[in-house]
Amino acid sequence: MWAFIHKLGSPKWFYGISARLMPWFWIAAAALLLVGSVWGLLFTPADYQQGNSFRIIYVHVPAAFLAQSIFVSMAIAGLVFMVWKIKVADMAAAVMAPLGAAMTFIALFSGGVWGIPTWGTWWMWDARLTSMLILLFLYIGVIALRGAFASRDSGSRAASVLAMVGVINIPIIKYSVDWWYTLHQPASFTITGRVSMPMEMWAPLLLMVLGFYSFFIALTLMRTRSEILRRESGKRWVQALAEETP
Amino acid sequence: MSSSNTLDQPLSIIEPHGGLGVALIATLRRDLTLMLRRRSEVMNPLAFFALVITLFPLGLSPDPELLATVAPGLLWVAALLATLLSLDSLFRADFEDGSLEQLLLAPQPLAAMVLAKVVVHWLLTGLPLALMAPVLGLMLGLPAGSHLILMLALALGSASLSLVGAIGAALTVGLARGGVLLSLLVLPLYIPVLIFGAGAVQAALLGSGVAAHLAILGALLALAVMLAPWAIAAALRISVNG
Amino acid sequence: MSFRLQGCQLRCERDGRELFRDLDFDVEGGQILRIEGPNGSGKTTLLKILSGQLHDFDGELRWCDQPLARVRDHYLTNLLYLGHAPGVKAALTPLENLAWYQALAGDAGSEATRLTVLERVGLMGFEDVPAGQLSAGQQRRVALARLELTPRALWVLDEPFTAIDKQGVEALEQRLLAHARRGGSVILTTHHDLTPLGELRRIRLGEGGRHVIQ
Repeated sequence: MWAFIHKLGSPKWFYGISARLMPWFWIAAAALLLVGSVWGLLFTPADYQQGNSFRIIYVHVPAAFLAQSIFVSMAIAGLVFMVWKIKVADMAAAVMAPLGAAMTFIALFSGGVWGIPTWGTWWMWDARLTSMLILLFLYIGVIALRGAFASRDSGSRAASVLAMVGVINIPIIKYSVDWWYTLHQPASFTITGRVSMPMEMWAPLLLMVLGFYSFFIALTLMRTRSEILRRESGKRWVQALAEETP
Repeated sequence: MSSSNTLDQPLSIIEPHGGLGVALIATLRRDLTLMLRRRSEVMNPLAFFALVITLFPLGLSPDPELLATVAPGLLWVAALLATLLSLDSLFRADFEDGSLEQLLLAPQPLAAMVLAKVVVHWLLTGLPLALMAPVLGLMLGLPAGSHLILMLALALGSASLSLVGAIGAALTVGLARGGVLLSLLVLPLYIPVLIFGAGAVQAALLGSGVAAHLAILGALLALAVMLAPWAIAAALRISVNG
Repeated sequence: MSFRLQGCQLRCERDGRELFRDLDFDVEGGQILRIEGPNGSGKTTLLKILSGQLHDFDGELRWCDQPLARVRDHYLTNLLYLGHAPGVKAALTPLENLAWYQALAGDAGSEATRLTVLERVGLMGFEDVPAGQLSAGQQRRVALARLELTPRALWVLDEPFTAIDKQGVEALEQRLLAHARRGGSVILTTHHDLTPLGELRRIRLGEGGRHVIQ
């Protein structure tokens, strides 16, 4: 078990296995996103209240899902790094932070665009948008803290602690913002819960969510691989690799 | 150097003998003494609090009715910023003169030792802010009936603010310019306390029950007391060895 | 009861740079171990690892034949570490400074002991002056007074001779020797040329993780 974890943590091993896994996630992401968006944008009937503008949901909801999941993954990676000193986990956490911030921004932006036909304004202090905005600040904090240390190792540790503190706080923040905005709409989409949308609307949404996740995994693998090469550039196996590929 | 009897006796290995209570009391006393010798550090957040509250009527309008409606939020935001202002110095002096390093090497649980430091911070920042808030509430036209709740909510909430803020202070103490970064890290984490703290005062204004708000503030504090010291301890270890 | 600090196969990498590897050593009662090397060779990092502050290394540290991580409190109770910064609070008097250090170890201590100790390091008459008003050398002496304050078997000293005058240096050298003679041990770094000190052993840290043990 321990041997396996440490093998998993070896950058060289991870570099090899990720090369084999990555194409599958790219293919899955491309297929799911293509089918999901064509289905969602062209074949799904318009919403009886919101008309065609509801189709923003196919970007907004997956991005919002991912924004939160990435923070949780980042905190888990931080925990793995702190407890087992596995450097690959930290490299993954480092590349996840900007991705998560970008997803949060996409969720906020698409929410704003959605707001124009729905509320008649770009921004409402709606519970979900407000939580997203706070999440964006949390991401910015983690990224800024990591960059502020002169020593990369210390920056990694500090960012891991902050991500873990953040992940404990996210549900508390979400709960308090929901409480504060007592008139918010209930979340209309949960994979496990009651489905409040007709099937032809949520099926493409499910595809889009899965597609976003595959895209995120593929991108994280790719960026972690380049982070490995950057940090391990002095190691023999990386130099051997560089000589192989002229 | 004169040698005495004790110096010539062979050394012996000492077994750990606890003494956490002694260490905690000594740290509380030391930090209180230090703060009371630099009284301006205690006064500055209070002056800042009063000053920020003075700015709002000038920026908004002197209309007492308008001010009374926004007063709970203003008082809370100002108190929160005043706390934040005082956080940067929480560990900095100890870090610079090396005593933080020694604190980390004490054969005592670090989480308990940092809790003592945070208690002093609250006693000399959060508590005075809470005691002062009714005066500023009066100036903003906050009805007298809600003053007690304001004080209570601030006293409870600011303890959470000290604890959570100390995590940020510990993470940034090794950085030369940690001040702005500290606010960036800490302010998002302050939002729940702000919401329920200001909510308590608002509820008192509306005459609805405040018990629920205070209970949630208490729950947040309990959670912070349980978890924050570990995070502070971990963060300090990182900063000291950066 | 004698004691022993052992390092087995220590390896430390900071920010992708290997400071040392395969470092084996042991220190027993009565020995003085000097760690040498050019600036940036990892002397302070090694001392921080040896004093149990820094956990970011491979290999194992053992204290009295048990893994250090498991007997951490026992180790810290018997360890005295002086770092670059003296750890002296400017706003507190030497007496108050020492009182806090005693209490950190869990002992209330007595004022008489603290006064004796201050007298021994030549700070009599300054015991009630805020340390901030003392000179850098005198502040350093307040820190060095801790060597006398509580009997600790193992001293880990990072550049202990900084900022003290010639007389003080001699006194401190004698102090280190006396400590070793009593069965204590010292691990130190210094740029200062030590007059031959009892059983002095050296670890020389060099470039690229090479090191020499003498």
